[in-house]
Amino acid sequence: MLALVVAHLVVAALLPLVSRRNRRAAFGVAAVLPAATLVWGLANLGAALGPGLAETHVWASALDLEFGFRLDALGVVMIVLVGGLGALILAYSAWYFGKDSRDAPRNSALLLAFAGAMLGLVLADDLLTLYIFWELTSVASFLLVGQGGLHRANRRAAVQALLVTVMGGLAMLLGIVFVGETAGTYRISEIVAAVQDGTGPTGGLAATGIVLILVGGLTKSAQFPFHPWLPGAMAAPTPVSAYLHAASMVKAGVVLVGRLSPAFADRSYWWVPIAVLGLVTMLVGGWRALHEGDLKRLLAFGTVSQLGFLMVLFGSGDRIGEIAALTMLLAHGLFKAPLFMVVGIVDKVTGTREVGALSGLGRRLPGLAIAATLAAASMAGIPFLLGFLGKEAAFEAFTHAGGLRGWVLGLGLLLGSIFTVAYSARFLWGAFAVKPGVEQTEPKPAVAGLMVPTWIAALSGLVLGCLPPLVDALAQGYAAVYPAEDAVEADYHLALWHGLSLPLLFSAVALLVGLGLHAQRARVTALHESLHHPLSAQRGYERTIGGIERFAVWVTGRVQAGSLPVYLAVLLLTVLVLPGIALVMGGSLPATVPAFGSLMQLPLGLVIVASAFALTRVRRRFTAVLLVGAIGYSIGGLFVVDGGPDLALAQFLVETLTMVAFVFVLRRLPAHFESDPRPRRGVELRKAALACVAGIFVAVAGVVLSGARQAPPAVSEEFVARSPEAGADNVIAAILVDFRALDTVGEITVLLIAAAGTASLVLATRFDRRDRAGGGTPEAEKELLQ
Amino acid sequence: MTTTPEKVPFEQWDAPEEEWTLPGACPVRTNRTLLLEAATRFLFPTVLVFSVYLLIVGHYAPGGGFSGGLTAGLAFVLRYIAGGGSEGAEIGSKLRLRPPTLMGTGLLLAMIAAFGPVAFGAPVLSSAKVSFLGVEVVSSLLLDVGVYLLIIGVVLDLLRSLGSGIERDADDSAADSAADSAADSASAGSGDAL
Repeated sequence: MLALVVAHLVVAALLPLVSRRNRRAAFGVAAVLPAATLVWGLANLGAALGPGLAETHVWASALDLEFGFRLDALGVVMIVLVGGLGALILAYSAWYFGKDSRDAPRNSALLLAFAGAMLGLVLADDLLTLYIFWELTSVASFLLVGQGGLHRANRRAAVQALLVTVMGGLAMLLGIVFVGETAGTYRISEIVAAVQDGTGPTGGLAATGIVLILVGGLTKSAQFPFHPWLPGAMAAPTPVSAYLHAASMVKAGVVLVGRLSPAFADRSYWWVPIAVLGLVTMLVGGWRALHEGDLKRLLAFGTVSQLGFLMVLFGSGDRIGEIAALTMLLAHGLFKAPLFMVVGIVDKVTGTREVGALSGLGRRLPGLAIAATLAAASMAGIPFLLGFLGKEAAFEAFTHAGGLRGWVLGLGLLLGSIFTVAYSARFLWGAFAVKPGVEQTEPKPAVAGLMVPTWIAALSGLVLGCLPPLVDALAQGYAAVYPAEDAVEADYHLALWHGLSLPLLFSAVALLVGLGLHAQRARVTALHESLHHPLSAQRGYERTIGGIERFAVWVTGRVQAGSLPVYLAVLLLTVLVLPGIALVMGGSLPATVPAFGSLMQLPLGLVIVASAFALTRVRRRFTAVLLVGAIGYSIGGLFVVDGGPDLALAQFLVETLTMVAFVFVLRRLPAHFESDPRPRRGVELRKAALACVAGIFVAVAGVVLSGARQAPPAVSEEFVARSPEAGADNVIAAILVDFRALDTVGEITVLLIAAAGTASLVLATRFDRRDRAGGGTPEAEKELLQ
Repeated sequence: MTTTPEKVPFEQWDAPEEEWTLPGACPVRTNRTLLLEAATRFLFPTVLVFSVYLLIVGHYAPGGGFSGGLTAGLAFVLRYIAGGGSEGAEIGSKLRLRPPTLMGTGLLLAMIAAFGPVAFGAPVLSSAKVSFLGVEVVSSLLLDVGVYLLIIGVVLDLLRSLGSGIERDADDSAADSAADSAADSASAGSGDAL
């Protein structure tokens, strides 16, 4: 399984080589792997429905880190969505983006890379493995929504999607660590088994971890109140929306809940937030979808609503509810993806996707209208389609379970289904109906390359809907972990006809009331507009981000005063307070301090002291630099006297380079230190006092630390003894490149970063200035800089 | 009047024949010191050779990648001070290698030295003695070479940013202020019309 995931990523990395020659072929090549994944998944169906197909790759045995994968019924369903729909959508993209699109190379590679990450996510059996792929999909989503970064809408939506999902992802990582440590394993299957044996993680830490994991799932699957990022992400091209934001990525949170529900479904801190937020999400999303004018945003709110529905089902912990969950999961992918593809085609052939601008498209494009109707009917839960099977099972689950919880959820889902029917009707009406007062839309002909994948996806819902046993096998396989509480639950199977029952009544009510709601759309919209919205999730997000930014500006304004003396004062005071106190409390002067080690130290020390005194008196910057250099060279001399030629060599070279750099900079600085007006006497005295105290501290610390050694230097002797082993006669070299080589690598990395930072600071101001001088940047770049 | 060949302009009578000793074009407009330029032509290659010596001798005597790199960097500094140049950071006029590339190569070599042993089943950053054409070489020399290249890159970057960058800045601001004063006088002249 890891090989399959890696193959996706490798081919994605190589895909630019193909798209350089032929952009359409790139999508074709990209579609091969997801299709192969689908075949592989279906070929292993038997194993998946039975014990499950497991695979483990240890990659850091010392840390107990491994890639753990497991293929089960939920995995197969997600493979159908990730692989099957992925292949269809990639084929669709080949015609959507067109031969000469500049976005095609990036999108083909990113979509395939995303498919690989998503595949890893749905197969992961190890929580940390899951987390890695989880974040990879977030990054892919960011890049795909942001596109080239040329448009503000894309950038904004991409950043919002990233911030919300990664915030949830980080919370989830913390939760994973909590749960993993309390459970003693990061394996999902082992945690589930442990809980069922009664040895699962318990206690406050585990509970906190479980709730944090849930936060990750809720953000990723756009649950209330985190949902606004999903409609925002509709700024992405339609194939991206169809794949990431309808068929696969947004399902990640739902899948996570589906994986962990067997373990945690009866814990109130797991099912209460899921049920409440899921239901609210379903209703809010459905209500908002009723008023959207943009077909794509209409579908996006529909997705939000359906994700809430799925969340409620997967969190139910009820055998029939979980059967419904898996069926709806498959159904939602199979109807939402073709609906998005239909919107993409409508957008292509007419140039608009506004409900108010389209009229009579159904007559001009009957084929497209039929495909859309098939998909929308599945969404609305009309018989003979997959959505109907799922919805029947869902109603059955909650009406059968009964009790306050069952009825509240059941009736809530009924209301949500009414909204679903209404916005499904609104979608079909908006896209295809003849509207009085709107000019007949004259579309361009639709390309077969766009139509065929749409049709395949739409038809699959009908085929699977007419063959309930197929999906039933998968659903039973998934729900097997939930014990049946009575005979009804044990015997429940997906079927088109359960007899005249309450669920059928619910379905009929949903259909009729939903159509009625659509017929009264003018009044509904008027009601929506008359309602005040004191709380808006989008405004909440904007306020939070704005608050963080204002806080950052406030902190920067306080900390970055722009005054060198202030920075120095802060640094020196910190040095005085922290190590200073430690020195006074714990340090002791060595018993004997020799005046000097060798005679040569005297003149060198004298030069240093004299230069330091002179330094405080000079007024010319150049003289000051020379004096600093004199101090540096004298210290190098001290190294020579003390027998450290390597150190001395480095000191001389660095000192020379520092002087040169100083002289370079001096060209742009005034020749003298005088500031105008002269600072007040009190300020100067305070500076002098601080400098003196800091200087004395360093000197005393030097003496104290030199006497702090209590045992003979064992390490140094080892270094000397072992340096021939490292192939060096020079101990210093052996330390630098062998014994402490990690330090060296770290240091040169820091050096590189420092140099790059300096260069960019100096060079960036230059570009900045040239820009202001009217050097002229293209409009697009101007926008980028804002 | 001196008699100079027709093809070479008067200011460039001493332009070097071999371009790589001085970067880019011969500095015409700056203040030049003949002594330094002439000395640099001898010193520059010599110091470079010495830096390589320091690099290799590091295992047996004072030296090593850091010192060697700094020495080589100082050779480039010397060349820049003597000759200036548009960028100040060229390795040679034939070899177009930008300082960040050099730094990156150095870090890459260091990383190869770090992670290469893993491929042979040894821990990260371990070293081994390799016999290369009859000479015994320690594999950690690669790390030293990485440090050497990276340090040269850092020094060249310093030249690029603090050296020629500041120089160009000064030129620009001089040009700007000249343009500004010209614009000022122009607007002062046409002030009544506005």
